[in-house]
Amino acid sequence: MHLKKNIATSESGFIFNPATGDSFSANPLAAEMLLLLKQGLSVSEIKKNILEKYDVELSQLEKDWDDFAAQLKEANLLDH
Amino acid sequence: MSEQLKPIVIAVTGLNAIDSPGPGVAVIRALRDGFPESVKIIGLSYETLEPGIYLHDIVDKTYQIPYPSAGVDALLNRLKSIHEKENLQVIIPNFDAELYNFIKLGPSLRSIGIETFLPTNEQFDSRDKINLYNFGKKFDLLVPKDKVIYQVNELYSCAEEFNYPLVVKGKFYDAVVAHTMEQAQKAFYKLSAKWGLPIIVQQFITGTEINIAVLGDGKGNTISAVPMRKLYITDKGKAWAGITLEDDSLIDLARHFVKSTNWKGGCELEIMRTHDNQPFIMEVNPRFPAWIYLTAACGQNQPAALVKMALGENLEPYQNYAVGKMFIRYAWDHITDVSEFQQISAFGEL
Repeated sequence: MHLKKNIATSESGFIFNPATGDSFSANPLAAEMLLLLKQGLSVSEIKKNILEKYDVELSQLEKDWDDFAAQLKEANLLDH
Repeated sequence: MSEQLKPIVIAVTGLNAIDSPGPGVAVIRALRDGFPESVKIIGLSYETLEPGIYLHDIVDKTYQIPYPSAGVDALLNRLKSIHEKENLQVIIPNFDAELYNFIKLGPSLRSIGIETFLPTNEQFDSRDKINLYNFGKKFDLLVPKDKVIYQVNELYSCAEEFNYPLVVKGKFYDAVVAHTMEQAQKAFYKLSAKWGLPIIVQQFITGTEINIAVLGDGKGNTISAVPMRKLYITDKGKAWAGITLEDDSLIDLARHFVKSTNWKGGCELEIMRTHDNQPFIMEVNPRFPAWIYLTAACGQNQPAALVKMALGENLEPYQNYAVGKMFIRYAWDHITDVSEFQQISAFGEL
């Protein structure tokens, strides 16, 4: 899963797609995951990172990740 | 002793900075940015309550000019008398309805030392909404299907071919989205009473509204193209806020349009980008849009570039602009005195 190259993200969770003019707000955890995605980490590396850092069950993370990925896709922010 | 720079004298129309604004005030703002300290702006107005007339830090002096319906001779005579006092160098007309006269007067104006930088009559007519479908076919541009109709019963075949909703458009302005035959008929009568015949019935396209401000040099080169997505749209369909986009396909579309038509001057491509990313050209406005100051703000000052070309400079196309630059329009109650209103009403100048 890769973010489109020109998508701008900030640490505060603001996401801007310069090709469409769409902008979105992400919560702090989603913002962190987006930054890791932008840094080129793979999905499994990001999940590992989150599991190490936060007190969360793998099953819950998987579920939340699927929601997160679906929203990114819906928002047209992912490379196909 | 330093030599004082002689200002370029530029006349501009479209001072009606109202809820459906003319582009004049935005054009002037861009010119003042492009030629700081060295420009004198002459406003040309039709109505006495065009706000730009009273904005003295924007417009140095305003003269009323005759309505387009008065014809080219009346306009030329008025411009000549203004020229005697002001020594105009360039005129930038900003209304669709006046462009025909200004294009026709181009050679006469040039002979007395006034430059314009406008499309040819042929270019102007070809993109008219009555001709838009053929225009798209001729130049391989994606445009919605339409039918030009003269009788209300022709709406039935339009509905059969395009399905609902239908977009019913007046010859010059106004459009109604009709979801039923009754609505389409009502729109037909309303628009034909207001603007005359024919009526244009267009296929309805859904998507994201994007406009591109374009400047062509008349030789097929695109000097500037800036795409903007409307972020807030008024009930009149005007952008009240917008943001510059980064999308090479939109720039390519603008270049294709300019190269195909050899477009000379400013124009605005109104695009509807569908969900499957097809950019339909909904209209081509043959002059700068009201949001043109955004081009100056993002690094491609189109009005200033147009003036330079009108005065004979050869310009290289702009390459870059700031993406994510936004405009947010606002309303402001400007205060003036009745003496100013009286001056423009009684003497036709202020």
